[in-house]
Parts: sequence; C-alpha cells; structure tokens
Amino acid sequence: METTTAVKKYTFKDFTSDQEVRWCPGCDDYVVLRSMQKALPEMGVNKEDVVFISGIGCSSRFPYYMSTYGMHTIHGRAPGIASGVKLANPNLSVWIMTGDGDSMAIGGNHFIHLLRRNIDLNMVVFNNEIYGLTKGQFSPTSLIGQKTKSSPYGNTQPPFSPGELALGANARFFARIGGNNPKDMTQIFIDAHKFKGTSLIEILQNCVIFNDGCFDDVTDKEVKEDKQLFLEHGKPMIFGKNKDKGLVLNKLKLEVVTIGENGITQEDILVHNAKEEDKTLHQMLVRLEYPLATGIIRSFADVTLEEREDALTAQVKANSKFKKTDDLFFSGETYEVK
Amino acid sequence: MITTKTILQPEVLEAVVVRFVGDSGDGMQLTGTQFTDTSAMFGNDIATFPNYPSEIRAPQGSLYGVSGFQVHIGSVEVSTPGDNVDLLVAMNPAALKTNLYAVKPGHTIIVDTDSFTKKNLDKALYLTNPLEDGSLENYRVIQVDMTSMTKEALKDVEGLDNKSITRSKNMFSLGMVYWMYNRSLEHSIDFFNKKFKGKQHLIEANTKVLNAGYYFAETLELIPNAYTISPAKMVPGTYRIIGGNTATAWGLLAAAEKSGLELFLGSYPITPATDILHELVKHKHFGVKAFQAEDEIAGVTSAIGAAFAGDLAITTTSGPGLALKGEAIGLAMMVELPLVIINVQRGGPSTGLPTKTEQSDLLQAMYGRNGESPVIVIAASTPANCFNFAYEAARLALEHMTPVILLTDGYIANGSAPWKIRSIAEMPEIKNHKVTEIKENWSPYDRDEKTLARNWAVPGTPGMEHRVGGLEKDRVTGNISYEPKNHEEMTHIRAEKVRLVENNIPELKTEFAESGDLLVIGWGGTYGSLHSAVKQIRDEGYKNIGFAHFNYINPMPKNTEEILSKYKKIIVCELNGGQFASILRNRFSKFEFSQHNKIQGLPFSNDELIQQFKLLV
Repeated sequence: METTTAVKKYTFKDFTSDQEVRWCPGCDDYVVLRSMQKALPEMGVNKEDVVFISGIGCSSRFPYYMSTYGMHTIHGRAPGIASGVKLANPNLSVWIMTGDGDSMAIGGNHFIHLLRRNIDLNMVVFNNEIYGLTKGQFSPTSLIGQKTKSSPYGNTQPPFSPGELALGANARFFARIGGNNPKDMTQIFIDAHKFKGTSLIEILQNCVIFNDGCFDDVTDKEVKEDKQLFLEHGKPMIFGKNKDKGLVLNKLKLEVVTIGENGITQEDILVHNAKEEDKTLHQMLVRLEYPLATGIIRSFADVTLEEREDALTAQVKANSKFKKTDDLFFSGETYEVK
Repeated sequence: MITTKTILQPEVLEAVVVRFVGDSGDGMQLTGTQFTDTSAMFGNDIATFPNYPSEIRAPQGSLYGVSGFQVHIGSVEVSTPGDNVDLLVAMNPAALKTNLYAVKPGHTIIVDTDSFTKKNLDKALYLTNPLEDGSLENYRVIQVDMTSMTKEALKDVEGLDNKSITRSKNMFSLGMVYWMYNRSLEHSIDFFNKKFKGKQHLIEANTKVLNAGYYFAETLELIPNAYTISPAKMVPGTYRIIGGNTATAWGLLAAAEKSGLELFLGSYPITPATDILHELVKHKHFGVKAFQAEDEIAGVTSAIGAAFAGDLAITTTSGPGLALKGEAIGLAMMVELPLVIINVQRGGPSTGLPTKTEQSDLLQAMYGRNGESPVIVIAASTPANCFNFAYEAARLALEHMTPVILLTDGYIANGSAPWKIRSIAEMPEIKNHKVTEIKENWSPYDRDEKTLARNWAVPGTPGMEHRVGGLEKDRVTGNISYEPKNHEEMTHIRAEKVRLVENNIPELKTEFAESGDLLVIGWGGTYGSLHSAVKQIRDEGYKNIGFAHFNYINPMPKNTEEILSKYKKIIVCELNGGQFASILRNRFSKFEFSQHNKIQGLPFSNDELIQQFKLLV
C-alpha cells in the first residue's frame, strides 16, 4: 500500500488514546509515552500507518495508550508478531515495546533473530533490571547480589548487557538513553524511525516500586554529565560538567583522559563514528561502565530483509510463466480422462 | 517408438500393488514415480505411498537405509496404497529382508542378484543367502543380474563414469515392470529428454537401460506372461498426480487468489509438514511471502502479525509444533483474527514417530490451549482433497474471523493420487470482513449478525485505528474489561461464533447403507482404508453397513445426530486411543460408540477392519 497523499500534520494529542494510563505514579514509562507521542508528529508518517506491538509486562501496556493501531500480545513474542505485520505491509512504521524480561528472558530467542534479520522496524526495551508486573523477581539484567522476591539472599545469575547481546546478534542500530531524559529520547525515536533496518533503543528505566534508584548513579541530574558520555555521530567523545573529559584508545582499551592534562588536547579525543560497519569500537563503548555511553552508539546502514525479499520476488515474477494459479495447476505432467 | 509385443495374451487384472525397494541411493522414489505417472496417463486410478528412512544417507546396504515406494494401480477405484504387494522389486538383500513380509504368498519378487554379495548379505543380517537356502519357496522369485546387464547395455555409451552406470540399474527394473504390466516406455523417455536436457549421454544411457530391462523381460521365459490393467472409470477431465502436502499448498494458493489477499506463511521445518513450506516458498511469482522463522512460536506469531495487517495468514507444523504454538493460537482466537494452522499429524507423544502416521493430535487441536478457547477444526481425508480442505480452512477463517486448525497426517501428506484439477473459476467464493469506509461509532468488535464475525480493520486504513490484545475486552468497545458478566458473555460469544460455522459447512453424508445394522465412523486420513474395507465387506454380502466420514469436527455437521440414529450399532475407527469417540460420546451421550483403534504408526489394514466389523454384524 503506497501512500501518495501528503502526510497530515499532527500534535502529540493526536497520538493520545482515551484509555486511562495505569502505570505507577512517578514511573519512567510516562516519560517514554510522552516522548513517543511528541516524536511521532516529527516523523512524517500518517497515524494510520503506525503500529505498536507489545508482549507482556508493565511496558507492554504501551499500545493501549496510543491512538494508533496496536496489539498487546503474549509474553516474549512481540518480535514475531511485529515481523509479520511489517512483512505483510512494508509501508507501516512498526514499533515493538518491550521490557528486559519480555525481550531477553522469555523472548530471548526472538530478540536475537530479529536483530540478525534486520527488518525495518523499531524496538524499545524498557530496562529496569527487575520484573515489575509479576511484582519484583530478578530479570536477566538484574545484577549479581541483587535482592529481589525470587532472590532474597541476593541474585546468583550473572546478567546480560542488552547492548552487548544486541551487537553480538549483529544489531545495526543501537541507542541507550536514560528514562529521565525526554528531550534526547524523543530525538532518538525520530532517528530510529528514519533508520532503515532494525533499531534497538534501550531505556534505562527506573522502577519506583521494585528497583527504585537502580540507575541513579548515572542518570541522576546531579551526576549525569560526569557519568554519561552522550554520543553523537561525528563529534568527539567528550563528557563531564566542564566538558574536559574524553576517551582515547590506549592499546586495546578505552581510557578516560582529561583535556589539558599530560599534554592531552581535544585533537587526541576519539571521534564517534556510529555509521562504521566494523563494530569493534561500538562494542567497547557498549561495555564501558565509566562513563556510561548513551545516545546512538551504532547506526550502520545495511540492506534490510524486505529489500532482499522484494528484489528476489521481482526477479522471480519477471522470469516466471505462472501468473495465475491455473497456469501452475495445468502445467507439467497432466493427462486427460475422457 | 516402442511397440508392445507380448508372447501370450495378457492376463487382465483389476488392481495390483507394486513396491520398489532398495538403498536410499538406488533411485527407488524416481522409479516408483515414473511407474505411477505412466500408469496414470494410461488411465488407471492410483494411490501411492513413499517410505524412506529418517536418516539422510544411511550406510549402504544397511537394514535401516532401505527406501521404498509403493503404488496401487487399478481399473477400479483405488482408495489406499494397498496393504500387501503383488510385486516386490528388491535391489539388495536388506531391501528384501525388510519388505518380504508384505508380499502375498505365491506372488512375484524381482531381485538384483549382483547385489547379493557376502558383504551385503552380512549387512542385512542374513546367515545364508535367501536366494539359495529355499526360504523363498512360497514366492515366484525372478533373479536378474541387473547390475551386470546394465553395465553391458552401457558399454558403448561414451562419457559415463562407473557411478552413473551403476545408478542407472533402477531403470532396468522399471523396464521389466513396464513390460510385465504392458505399459509404454514413451512417458519415461520423454522424461529423460526433459530432465537431462543438454546431457545427451545421460538421455542415451537411461533410455538404453530402460529398453534393456523391457526386452529382457519380454524375451526371457522367466516371465511366462504379462498382466494388463485396464483404464479405470473416472470422471472426465484434466488430471495430475498430486501428493497431499503439495495439494495443501496449492489449496492455499487458490484461496489467496480467490480472496484477493496476499498469502503469508510463517513456518519452522518439522517432519512431515516441511514440504508445504518447500512448496509455498517456490511461488514468489504469486507474491507468496514465506517466512522461515527461528522457531514454531515465531512461525505462528509472525502469521498472526500478518493477519492483523490484512494477509491470508498460515502456519504449518506437526504435533510437537502445535504444542508450542498453543498460546499464540489462543491469542489469535482472543483477538479474533483469521489464521490457518495446518497440523500434519505424526506419531506422538513428544518426538514420537516423526516419519510415521497417527491421528493423535485431535484433542490437542480441540482443547490444547489455556482457557475457554474454541477454534474451528477440520480434517482432510485423501491426498487430493488436501487441496479442498486447505482452501476450506482459509475460507472459514476469513468468513468467521477465527483460527482454523486443519488436520492432515503423514499418510495422506506423503501419499499421492490422481487429482482432477480445479480451476480457480470453479472454486467457491471467499468473503472477508475488511472495513475500508469510516463509519460513525465504529468499533473493532462490531459483529456480523449471522456469523458473529467481527470487523477486520487493518493498519493503513485511516480512521480505524484501534488496539487489540490478549486481555479480556469489553463486548462493545473492545477496550480492556475485567467486568465479570462481560467476561462470561464474551466467552459465550466466542463459543457461539464457532458453533455458527455449522451453517456454512455441508451436511454429513453416508456411503453404502443409509441405515441398518452398523455405522462405521472415521475422520481425516483413514478415509481410503475405511472406505475400501466397508466396500469389501459389502461385496461379501453384508449389505446393512453404512459409512460416515467426518471432515468437519468442530463444529460437526448439523445432521450428525440424525445420521447416528439410523443404525443399530456404531463403531468409531481411529489411529489413536479413541479421541474422536470421546468427543462423540460427550456430545451425543444417548448413543453407544464401539471403538477400533490402532497406534502403531501405520494405517489400518483391510483385514483387521473387516475382522472387526464382522464381530459387530
């Protein structure tokens, strides 16, 4: 279905549904919702062409609060459903809204295969390092030692790093952003929409009830600038309140340096290339604990699955003598009974 | 051009069963298919069944590496591939050992004596050579030095390596069988010319060996006479030989074209259903989108996504896969989207008998989901009518906005039979519930009065934006609702929706006696076995036996009770522990249902059925 008419003008209200939002007061999910509602009018897409697909969990209530097409599905399976929607109608802007448990525990298999295939859709992972809707068990991103309802003496299962897992599965687009940062989040959603291929956005989402403050050490307004490196393609990797800290490559490791000390100048600081195919540096950035890399870490434009499929279909159609099923059914080894 | 000469007037037979068996690499499937196609073009009715090992390339000469192809050809109606064989072609000792049980005493076995070496006899665990120890006295054994004669026939053909020469020996056996049943070589020679186009030496080699086998059979006195099987009386028209899985795939293609929808298949490979995926993936020229997913669950969920977006959505699987898809099928039922689930049943439980047939997924199809979760369940009953029922599954899913499970099984999926080709023009219309115009106070859960099917507003349609999901929804608005009465009402609506399908399906028909002493009931892939057994017992003089075969299981045809009431006794025959019988008992408690069940991974044999029926009349 090709759209030929001009895209309508919208405001965030056009994307707000009549359903009462039922997340806990103070939850970062409200920030994600509002950022998405603000980003959509900037994407240049008609409302009827937007589809939100979710699995199960707090974050998966998301589609009900959007006034677009949407489906709240079953635990872990949103990637399969979203893939089917997109392959059936490539004209749609398709969004998977999921959490750390939904995407990386029960849906782990679909998560890696979605990223491998590179279908042009978007996935937003609300990572709060806990199970919220089932009321407080550890998740595949919970830390070792974390005390939860299902690990009262401390969690013994080592966690996944969503970014590392994603790049291991060959994610072409990976961004990470704090759940308290609506401005940059909105822009990342717009960039993810524009990116052709599977975009993965990890939201560091605070759960006020079961894991409150889990990202405070990096997302708190007081420390954010010193603890986060907000990456922008083509710009030097500089951070800190005074913009005096930066990253350099020392042998095989990233190292934090101070501009103006030990002869370091701005020229020595690494420049972020999100579009690079080689993901070595992106992987190092994803693993970095101090500073924590946020923003768009990787944005490598690659051929999408739909492009490959479309090209093949066009080629087969051009060379085939079968236009209708009758052509096929009556072809080859048939015989007459009189 | 070959002319058919026979020494004696050929003996006329009604039907024969021929089985070709050899090593996996001996080309037995090809040999069987060639004999099938030639006989079909001659006008015989046909039923075939391949039997190959689950090992891809089992060690040469081993007992578990034997591959076979059985074909039943007749001048009368043929409804099964046959139980026991009239002619066995065995290319090595292992093939003889594993198939001898099926040969009717006094009937013919052709063996390649060159393959009866010490080594091959050892591999087949023969202590003595069966060709010499008298153990085959009850059969007519035709010993042929097939490998040597193939080599001899090809000594002047240039450009052939040793392997190609040995591999052509299957054509020697085919030539012999052609002569025995008075068949023309023309079709197979045409086939060589097409298959080996541009490879003149291979065309020449195969033609030469085929001729050599044919003339060997003709001139040697080892075969005293030839048989002939006259053409069968079949409805006039254009036919082709079709396998069940291909017929299933083609029925879906036809449904997509007729409904004007694009076909989406989400699937994961599993025996014996994979051939449907193999077939559909070829047809990109019709715009088929076949998606091989990472697992069974992604297979069905991608199809649900495609259904939400407006495609004719299919997922294909076998028993274990259906178990994995259960939760997602429940979602499709809850959000009321059209979805076709095809389950090619195999022996279960668990991994069970992947390459063998069984009907033991019926209760799983009916009830294998959490909650009150009714779906339409239908079953195909012959290789050729897999076409009709795949089409029917799509029609019912689209017209009733609900998942439909189509059950076939390994027996009909891998078997083949003549199919009177159905042109798209003669297929029934398929309606759907898509909405394109904005209506006031529109709700996604507005229902069609007759069917209770809901609206199908697909993404991309302006003004119809809505959300669906697995949570219970308000009867009117479709918004989330936990209201107790509403949940009960929605549960009833979903059940009623499936029940109303009975108005959109044909009535149950009986064959043979319309009323009487005994009603034989079957469903799905056992049609051929049951039909031929009832026919035979009738021919033996038991005239008061009727036969009713179910293709529609949920809901059942409206007149089911009326049919049941016309007979004194009822027997339900199934390749499981009695699953359909339990459904019938539950639904029609006033009747008594006897059972005949078999759970061996094998179809019913004629003899066992007849014996069972005789106990009841």
